[in-house]
Amino acid sequence: MSFKQLTTSTLAVAALSATAVAARDNVQVAGSSTVLPYAVIVAEAFGENFDFPTPVVESGGSSAGLKRFCAGVGDNTIDIANSSRAIKSSEIKVCASNGVTDIMEVRIGYDGIVFASDISGNNFAFTPADWYKALAAELPADKGMVANPNTNWNAVNTSFPDQPIQVFIPGTKHGTREVFEEKVLLEGCKDSGAMAAILRLNGGDENAAKATCMRVRTDGLSVDIDGDYTETLARIEADANGIGVFGLSFYENNTDKLQVATMSGIVPTTKSIAAGDYPVSRPLYFYIKAAHLGVIPGLQEYADFFVSDEIAGPDGPLAEYGLVSDPELAATQTAVANHTLLGGN
Amino acid sequence: MTTTANSLLVRDDRTKRRNAAELRFRAYGLGAIGIAALALVLLLSSVLSSGVGAFSQTFITLETSLPEAKLNKSGLRDPAVMAKVSTFGYAPLLRDALLTRIAELGITTSLSDKNVDAMISKEAAASLRDHVLANPDLIGGKVTMDVLADGRIDGYFKGRVTMESAARDGNTSPEALRVAQRLADAGVIETRFNWRFLTAPDASDQRPEAAGLGVAILGSLYMMLVVLVLALPIGVAASIYLEEFAPRNRLSDLIEVNISNLAAVPSIVFGILGLAIFINFSGLRQSSPLVGGLVLTLMTLPTIIISTRAALKSVPPSIRDAALAVGASKMQSVFHHVLPLAAPGILTGTIIGLAQALGETAPLLLIGMVAFVREYPAAYSHEAGLFGEAATALPVQVFNWTQRADPGFAERASGAIIVLLVFLAVMNTVAILLRRHFERRW
Repeated sequence: MSFKQLTTSTLAVAALSATAVAARDNVQVAGSSTVLPYAVIVAEAFGENFDFPTPVVESGGSSAGLKRFCAGVGDNTIDIANSSRAIKSSEIKVCASNGVTDIMEVRIGYDGIVFASDISGNNFAFTPADWYKALAAELPADKGMVANPNTNWNAVNTSFPDQPIQVFIPGTKHGTREVFEEKVLLEGCKDSGAMAAILRLNGGDENAAKATCMRVRTDGLSVDIDGDYTETLARIEADANGIGVFGLSFYENNTDKLQVATMSGIVPTTKSIAAGDYPVSRPLYFYIKAAHLGVIPGLQEYADFFVSDEIAGPDGPLAEYGLVSDPELAATQTAVANHTLLGGN
Repeated sequence: MTTTANSLLVRDDRTKRRNAAELRFRAYGLGAIGIAALALVLLLSSVLSSGVGAFSQTFITLETSLPEAKLNKSGLRDPAVMAKVSTFGYAPLLRDALLTRIAELGITTSLSDKNVDAMISKEAAASLRDHVLANPDLIGGKVTMDVLADGRIDGYFKGRVTMESAARDGNTSPEALRVAQRLADAGVIETRFNWRFLTAPDASDQRPEAAGLGVAILGSLYMMLVVLVLALPIGVAASIYLEEFAPRNRLSDLIEVNISNLAAVPSIVFGILGLAIFINFSGLRQSSPLVGGLVLTLMTLPTIIISTRAALKSVPPSIRDAALAVGASKMQSVFHHVLPLAAPGILTGTIIGLAQALGETAPLLLIGMVAFVREYPAAYSHEAGLFGEAATALPVQVFNWTQRADPGFAERASGAIIVLLVFLAVMNTVAILLRRHFERRW
């Protein structure tokens, strides 16, 4: 009896594998955890208003999403990768080598990166230079690079309170980290004159100087958060001196617990980011596998719906949730409708 | 000979020391139990206190008028045309209905249209639209429905949101809460038990009040079925062969060691294996309960094999000998005598293995089950096959909700933990009852 059962169950597995190759009828999305809430809002509204099933949206980070996106063409690969940064040329190559040659890039809008601390703590008005001086692994001195001696904010900038430096920044797997390094640390390095000092010390090697500027201290005053913003928030709730890096939408949903710091005198709002005044923002994207258009039902409609004025426009639900809507949305809509591929044609 | 006789009634120093040592050891033991109990109480009380709110929900009773001009411009009751009015077209109707109600009750308020919008869940427009599309005759008249209140309003009636926190919150205001309180006094807003938490699918970050566990519970159920159907026969067959038929040699020793080792392998490893074999090689669907069930089967098999072998071992050899002595074949002795006697032990082991599989998250991460899924998965569909439609699972839903930005999801996550704990407690109780009821001792 047991052997009979054993064979039947093995056969059942084999039969199931055979039946499962029929076409998938729902759109499958994966990628950036920053884009995730937006994609989920769109997927939900899409499922409600269209006859197609609600797309399945996974998280996992921009790099992981693009890696799965580039794994190949076919039913058991994802159709759309969400990303909080533009696809890299190395990733396009991997895609091409796996047969994913036709990729559509869709920019959905902009996201602000904000610096926030516990609502009952001190208020800050930062400049990128402050962050560079607080977070750099090594600072240039007269004779060479020295380990960052600053342990309190008032050592960084005398107008700051005497509060120990304790910051929570996104880990390296997050697309946000890259933006933080480039738009805050690197800018701060240049603004504070440290860049010039480093170039003087290392003999003018610009790439090495940039890498030095963006190296974050590892003595525990800066903590990499590999999880989501909820983890950063929990760390700040546990340590009132903590200052965290968040997405604008996350901050706007937790204004009762967090206070936001200005950057170069600008308060981050969807308006100041759209106007280009607030310096730390980045575009958000999703990538469509063009080979799946027309094969997976609803894929084209989902993309059209995502960038429609009703959704991604300045009065749509995405903007309400914290997305800075793209001033060039109309161009994106045309590109999506015309299947404009990455790299021309 | 010493003069002081060692009376048994008088305790000497050594006995006192030994007694004291025993007393101390008892105290350590009690302390250990106390710490464990305290941890359990802390865990349960924190989960219960934050999660119990998820089981009740705040509803607003609204009489919404459905103007023909807005919902059915063509005048023809063509479902395809009517479906063109999206949920965004229905939201203003609900707002108007709430404004009318506020005016009727004589509440004066400085709330803008947008603030009033924010008092009603975004889910409400979708339920109204579904209702209207299902009953097109309602258009032109009025419909009375209980719609979900926004998460912040709901939080106020559950004590999660206070006037102080609302003042700092960009998504609500003390004024909105005051209006909500007046509406509640008039009976328009009511907080009551929420079945939707157990039946509704997940919802987006903008509507925590609508999120439910329906898809997750179905997904977990399907996976447990797959695990039960595959792991039980395979596990029992393997253990019977190993225990009753296999010759004792190096090979069977090697198999035995490997099974014990497999039981201790971290579960994420099975996820990687599942991704490679079931999705990339066999081409089964990502996010499907079938793949999840197969992965969990691999994970549970060693547990089931080990407990089944223990159950078979505990059947006294005299039973086998007696069966063989009256002329039964080896297989007859096993299936007629040993297996029925070992069955309670096997069942208990299986249920504990299932309970372990039910609470597993890590392997599901890799096979795409940590996802936003709103469609109820069908057990069978022509396209996806058996258990092939995308689903999530209970522990995954907890993981998912703890990562959401809206504080309303923290309550949902704790509520989901309560549901998961109830499932686990029920399964373990069944295991204990089965053992108590059927177990035989020799």
